[in-house]
Amino acid sequence: MNAGQQWVAFTTILVKEVRRFMRIWQQTLLPPAITIALYFVIFGKLIGPRIGEMSGFTYIEFVVPGLIMMSVITNAYGNVVSSFFGTKFQRSIEELLVSPVPNYIILLGYVIGGVARGLAVGVIVTLLSLFFTDLQVSHLGVTVAIVFLTAVLFALAGFINAVFANSFDDISIIPTFVLTPLTYLGGVFYSISMLPPFWQAVSLANPVLYMVNTFRYGLLGVSDINVAWAFVMVTGFCALLFFFSLFLLERGKRLRS
Amino acid sequence: MTAALSIRNLHKQYDNGFEALKGIDLDVQPGDFFALLGPNGAGKSTTIGIICSLVRKTAGQIAIFGTDIDRNFSLAKQYIGVVPQEFNFNQFEKVIDIVKTQAGYFGLPPKLAAERTEKYLRQLGLWEKRHQRSRMLSGGMKRRLMIARALVHEPRLLVLDEPTAGVDIELRRSMWQFLKAINASGTTIILTTHYLEEAESLCRNVAIIDQGKIIHNTSIKQLLRQLNKEVFVLDTREALTEMPTIEGYPGQLIDEHSFEVEVVKGKSLNKLFANLSERDIHVTSMRNKANRLEELFVSLVEPHRNETAEAQL
Repeated sequence: MNAGQQWVAFTTILVKEVRRFMRIWQQTLLPPAITIALYFVIFGKLIGPRIGEMSGFTYIEFVVPGLIMMSVITNAYGNVVSSFFGTKFQRSIEELLVSPVPNYIILLGYVIGGVARGLAVGVIVTLLSLFFTDLQVSHLGVTVAIVFLTAVLFALAGFINAVFANSFDDISIIPTFVLTPLTYLGGVFYSISMLPPFWQAVSLANPVLYMVNTFRYGLLGVSDINVAWAFVMVTGFCALLFFFSLFLLERGKRLRS
Repeated sequence: MTAALSIRNLHKQYDNGFEALKGIDLDVQPGDFFALLGPNGAGKSTTIGIICSLVRKTAGQIAIFGTDIDRNFSLAKQYIGVVPQEFNFNQFEKVIDIVKTQAGYFGLPPKLAAERTEKYLRQLGLWEKRHQRSRMLSGGMKRRLMIARALVHEPRLLVLDEPTAGVDIELRRSMWQFLKAINASGTTIILTTHYLEEAESLCRNVAIIDQGKIIHNTSIKQLLRQLNKEVFVLDTREALTEMPTIEGYPGQLIDEHSFEVEVVKGKSLNKLFANLSERDIHVTSMRNKANRLEELFVSLVEPHRNETAEAQL
């Protein structure tokens, strides 16, 4: 396939992915908006004023970046894992396998599809947050870059989960037992400076902490961690997962008998 | 002339140790309408799966129009269109989107993809259904949808794995007409089927595969020449209590109004009817007992199975 044909194939996969999550918007776009709006009401308006300031900001101001990031992470991951596993389950993955589309285009198509949903939900949640607080952007470049890289990283993770999954149970295990705890303990609702030194050190092993704090730095200008190091780490993880996913596709892991 | 498909020493052993293919050699010439026949589990679908890259081969070489799949699988795939045995499209997508998406996977620009989609959906009688979700289609329509999808990039080699399984006779015959026209326009077709009548009426050449080996590879005409006897079923007006014994025409009673006789190819039936007339037995109708190719197929596969069984003892 020449470059022009590869571009057509990539946009075909991407359009198919976007069309899929737009078609079932009641399952993909609406629920996270409702869930996060409830977080805003409960943590921001009802409990938030009693908590007081955190890192020099009101609690609603502090928690909004984390909640936006949480919705981006779960939706980028959820889109790819459910879409790619569904494709495997219905065997329509064979449409791609018999075609001349290179594996890296297949991977990019699904990952950018996941990023599109993650960002779409992120934008919806951001717009909702404006009903509860004034949002400032301290570092636009950092904000955009980290949210994009995070969406890419979790879309890749979702892809790997889908490749290994044999049943619908397998695509809910990782989000329930790994993704949710990492996100909730990743500084979405609190600053790790509140924790005892030991748990602060443990928290530093959580990659989600770096993404949430870098995003918070982009919006509020404050962070618990070194932002440059966070970018290095997230980019490194993206590269690692990309090449691992590509390796799985090349080997035809659980795709070709 | 470069073969449309060339297979050399193809082996496939699955992870569970089952050896599906034990060294297959096969050539299909451009423009041919080729049948791959064999009983269930013989290795037909595995062979097709490897050609289309859905199954990984263990060893051997495959070339599509001279392009080795190990060297340039991307180019080789451009030449192939595949219609699998099982429905393998997204059940929630619209008919038109399924075909257009496949065109995109082959790099067809959107305008050309739209034109080809309309062309093949019209040819296969699905244009009126283009905005329906694919799960709403009947079984026959789903099969035709898979054919339209396989043709949208206009492949030089069309591979069909049991394309008319579960399709009613009328639709099956209309699909035959369509496939004949596609073949006449220059597309090489390889077909696996359980309907031997299908192979007989469509295909020029045939390979019979059994237990992972090709046991016969010839033209359909040559194959049919090997038939040296036919079995006829005769219905009688009079009730029969036993099989009428007629020298040179062995047979058996089926019920009190019908019996079957075995007739060596080329032998006259006059003596048979004369003998029945002498006994005041009136034949009211007569028909072939079974598809003649089916008889031959069994006669070819059975000895091979027996040989294999003996070798294993």
